[in-house]
Amino acid sequence: MVSAMEIYMLLPKTNCKKCGVATCMAFAVGLLGRQKKVDECTPLIEEKKYEAKLKKLREVMAPIEKASETGLIIHPEKCFGCGNCVVACPVNVAAEPTRTAVGLGPEGEKVILRVEDGVVVVNNLKECKRFGPSGTLCNACTATCPSKAIEFV
Amino acid sequence: MAICTGCSLLCEDIVASFENGSLKHAKNLCRKGHGHFQAAFTERTRPMIDGEQVTIDKAVERAAEILKSAKSPLLYGWSNCTEEAQSEGIALAEKLGATAEATIACTTSFCEGILMERVLSGKIETCTLDDVRNYADTSIFWGSDPSSSHPRHLSRFSYYPRGEKRQRSYEEERTCIAVDVRRSPTAQLCSNYYFRLPPGGDLPFMEAILAVLDGKIPKVADKKKMIELATVLKKTEWGAIFPGPGLIYSLQDKMELFEQLLARLNEITPFKVVPMVADCNARGFNELLFEKTGHASSVSFNGGSAAYGPEHSVLAAAKKCDAVLAIGSDPLSELPIGTARALAHQPIIAIDPRRSLTTDAAKVVIPSALIGLEAGGTAVRMDGVKIKFEPVMNSELLTDEQILARIMEAV
Repeated sequence: MVSAMEIYMLLPKTNCKKCGVATCMAFAVGLLGRQKKVDECTPLIEEKKYEAKLKKLREVMAPIEKASETGLIIHPEKCFGCGNCVVACPVNVAAEPTRTAVGLGPEGEKVILRVEDGVVVVNNLKECKRFGPSGTLCNACTATCPSKAIEFV
Repeated sequence: MAICTGCSLLCEDIVASFENGSLKHAKNLCRKGHGHFQAAFTERTRPMIDGEQVTIDKAVERAAEILKSAKSPLLYGWSNCTEEAQSEGIALAEKLGATAEATIACTTSFCEGILMERVLSGKIETCTLDDVRNYADTSIFWGSDPSSSHPRHLSRFSYYPRGEKRQRSYEEERTCIAVDVRRSPTAQLCSNYYFRLPPGGDLPFMEAILAVLDGKIPKVADKKKMIELATVLKKTEWGAIFPGPGLIYSLQDKMELFEQLLARLNEITPFKVVPMVADCNARGFNELLFEKTGHASSVSFNGGSAAYGPEHSVLAAAKKCDAVLAIGSDPLSELPIGTARALAHQPIIAIDPRRSLTTDAAKVVIPSALIGLEAGGTAVRMDGVKIKFEPVMNSELLTDEQILARIMEAV
């Protein structure tokens, strides 16, 4: 996953404040947190000398823009389908205490993570503990993944 | 609900739907199991003799003729057959052994067999995986990498699920330790408790654990980490060790030290061992053969008695056999090249639902029903729990058991 510093290196670094924040670094953090959009940096869009940087920035921002509302990104090509995340997720455990909590595959629709066709898929993302402004920084699914197939922005 | 025969965990909670003879959708199948289910219906075999398609009756008849005229047949494989087929196979070996020297061997004779024999004879204490889930607070993966070989091992039993006495599970109560030559995906999850060994370094590592448990200073580079490991082992309330091929290949004949280590650990706290067998019913064959002969993985029947030892192993049998029955495995791809080459020169009878290197080289090919999908029966999970299953689809193909029964009648 790209870092705020890497994004900053692709910005004009002039601290012109046209985007509404004080510095380019703050704008980079905003981009990473998805409160800001690339188009808000007008010099980067308008000035020709930044063309290469803009292209690269759009490339690195593509996966972040695709991330779900909680910032969850799944790389199905890396997933083993082991179900560690399914069993570890606290919402899954609460939803099916007699199945997911003891290691079995989920049956109902209330769970967030489930394994389908050999890879993990996400449902009911609104139930995720990271959702909303009062969300907690739960990382049960990323910490238990042996192949780094789940990431948070 | 279907059962997955992709590895020895035999997951029973699979929801799968099939359409036009292929997998349409599956829930709860890991990537390995999904690949197993998807590939199951491709490249199916047909009854053949010398590369020409024949009727199944003729193929069975020819197979019986070859076995009947052989002086030292080798019956190899069995790990992916039902218990019913395996007992039929052992009976066939016995029958052939009355007039010839018939060797019957399972795929575990190359790795887990040596450990499995100690487990079955009670020299090494074992437990079920359900016990591991309910009670274990320390799981040691030694020379094994379940994340790759048995993907659902950690999530179903050994680390992540909540058990009767382990309600706070991996967050607070369980520790998982990996001992391996490389940072495997499982070792990645163990983070602080990953011990990297050089290939063959298991013996000195065991000696170091024994030393540090006795309060001596271990002869290893990272003494602090060893002392930390000893503290974890001493604080363990109920431990489980999952030795894989890494440990077995490294120790070979020096299993006594592993037994010594287990005895020392058991003085402090209960530590159980569950060998990480790979194939879906390898343990089933080991149990059946052990019950019958007292040896787990490879035995020669000659004149009504069973012989065991290096001269009756697969390696020795491959050199002197004059006919091979390959079932539930693909020996030409799996065995060491020298042994495989020796086998390839002999007439091979391959009983397999799908095409493999062995069926390509075989003199007689007999197609069988897919275990778990088209054929029901009993299989034994890696921890010794018997699991019965029904076929999930109809098939006109004969099962392994029926084929063996027909060969048995004819010899």
